[in-house]
Amino acid sequence: MPSEPKFQAEALSRSYGHGKKRVLAVKNASFTIPSQDIVSIVGQSGCGKTVLAKMLLRLETPSSGSLLFNGKPIASERDPRAHFRSVQAVFQDPFSAFNQFFTIRAQLRSCFKLFLRKPSRDEMEARVDAALLAVNIKPKEIEGKYPFELSGGQMQRMLLARIFILRPEVLIADEPTSMVDACSRANILDYLMKLKKELDMTIVFVTHDIGLACYISNSIFIMHQGEIVEQGPPERVISQPTSHVTRQLLQDIPDLHREWLSRSSS
Amino acid sequence: METPIFEVDNLRAHYLTRFGQKIQAVDGVSFSLKPGEILGIAGESGCGKTTLVSACMGLYIPPLHLSGGDVRVDGQSILGMDVEVNRRDILGKKISMIPQGALNSLNPTRKVRDLASDMIRSHDDRADKKALYARLRTRFEKLGMPADEVLNAYPVQLPAGMKQRVVIGISTLLDPRVVIADEPTSALDVSTQKAVIKLLFELMDQGIIGSMLFITHELPLLRHVSNDIAVMYAGEFVELGKTEQIIFDPRQPYTKALMGSMLSAEPGHAGQKPVAIEGAPPNLAHPIQGCRFAERCPVAMPECKAKQQQLRLVRARQVRCQYAE
Repeated sequence: MPSEPKFQAEALSRSYGHGKKRVLAVKNASFTIPSQDIVSIVGQSGCGKTVLAKMLLRLETPSSGSLLFNGKPIASERDPRAHFRSVQAVFQDPFSAFNQFFTIRAQLRSCFKLFLRKPSRDEMEARVDAALLAVNIKPKEIEGKYPFELSGGQMQRMLLARIFILRPEVLIADEPTSMVDACSRANILDYLMKLKKELDMTIVFVTHDIGLACYISNSIFIMHQGEIVEQGPPERVISQPTSHVTRQLLQDIPDLHREWLSRSSS
Repeated sequence: METPIFEVDNLRAHYLTRFGQKIQAVDGVSFSLKPGEILGIAGESGCGKTTLVSACMGLYIPPLHLSGGDVRVDGQSILGMDVEVNRRDILGKKISMIPQGALNSLNPTRKVRDLASDMIRSHDDRADKKALYARLRTRFEKLGMPADEVLNAYPVQLPAGMKQRVVIGISTLLDPRVVIADEPTSALDVSTQKAVIKLLFELMDQGIIGSMLFITHELPLLRHVSNDIAVMYAGEFVELGKTEQIIFDPRQPYTKALMGSMLSAEPGHAGQKPVAIEGAPPNLAHPIQGCRFAERCPVAMPECKAKQQQLRLVRARQVRCQYAE
């Protein structure tokens, strides 16, 4: 089904500072993110991938260039909440994403504030329960609990439960697995796949791990110093990288079978 | 045979909660490190890796308490000392640690040179300021960092990778025999990670540090860093052997499951599915009968839940499972 692209960017840039100190965090990025695709943005820390993600979320305004969401300019609505209803994010550190002073359940319930029409109390509770079950957590487990009482993996799943409640069109996952251990990582990825399958969601996955990116996505953008240096399907990017940045990224991953780092003496 | 410089013998440590619960976070861990050796410790979050670090360093700060066992550096036991004496004579000089949140462990209001001189001053308060700076400069230059620039910067002015290297530089200033690196690269991207590992190897090759305990949950990384790997689960080692043995030929069911949850970026591997381990680790507040992994083990037998498992020798490595062969 050829549907219209979710995001379309033309010469998108974002700069910080003035004069000599002016830094271009994103330079002339042009891309399209098709509907129901999983797109990964890969790059080293400081390459501008988070800034790009924030522009998609309408948390940052582009300095120049155009960014269309569903064919309309991203800031066409005055109320940004209209955009937040359709584009939501999962961030790197789940502990700083939740308020320490409220129970998790109360915070999940507060998601409904974003909706135009608030459902009834019973329906709210039922939907929170359903969302918790969707990420494989029994509602009883977190009853009356505060964020610090849960492990990192569980908290990350709470962020995903939020997404199950909000049901946005697009999910922007900004390094959702870098704070959790290797075993929970597989779990988180499973839930992302489930979200895509059940809710027909478009997912933008931001990561520095190119291995993870090619496991999960249909297409990969490689960023370096604010520029998108390469984009394409994962198989092609991995096997025939055209940019030296991609090659460097691939080389730096510690791999089981390949020589990674030679020691001078031993 | 070389004598080990770091020995941990049946070490047990527990937390006492304010409700009087006793949580046995480290339960009977034994290993030894010879000069130049790197032991990797792998395991899920919450399996007791970080507690093991504090326990090995003799830092028993309540609610953490020692329940038994011994830790020896160069044959000298470091447990049961006064905390002050431990901090002055052992930590930094004999055992040093690279903390987990290294990026947040530098005081943002002080320059790197002041932070680094603190380290030396707290062990030797007669050091002259100028001589001290010269010493710091030579050391930082030796480690391939732009010394003057780094030493006169505030931590916020440095990028993440450099901050991590500064932390490593500071914690190895006094040439410790053993370095305990607790997830030193978990907050870094792959390219900086490589630079940091390179620095650690450099330190070993130049003889600045004797041996290293490297703690991480990234198994592909351990494959390249360590000589031996110990896999930890619920406070115990479940498998301990050479790196190649553990990675390519795991024998214990938990180790096998861990290997299954790995991802690798090789051509042809896209779409390959990592398998998550279902369930959660056991609650250590209650004593566990039988095997600790039995609840989640895919090949568990009924009697696994009843009989406690001991480490035994299988194919030249230690395995905690009676059915492994």
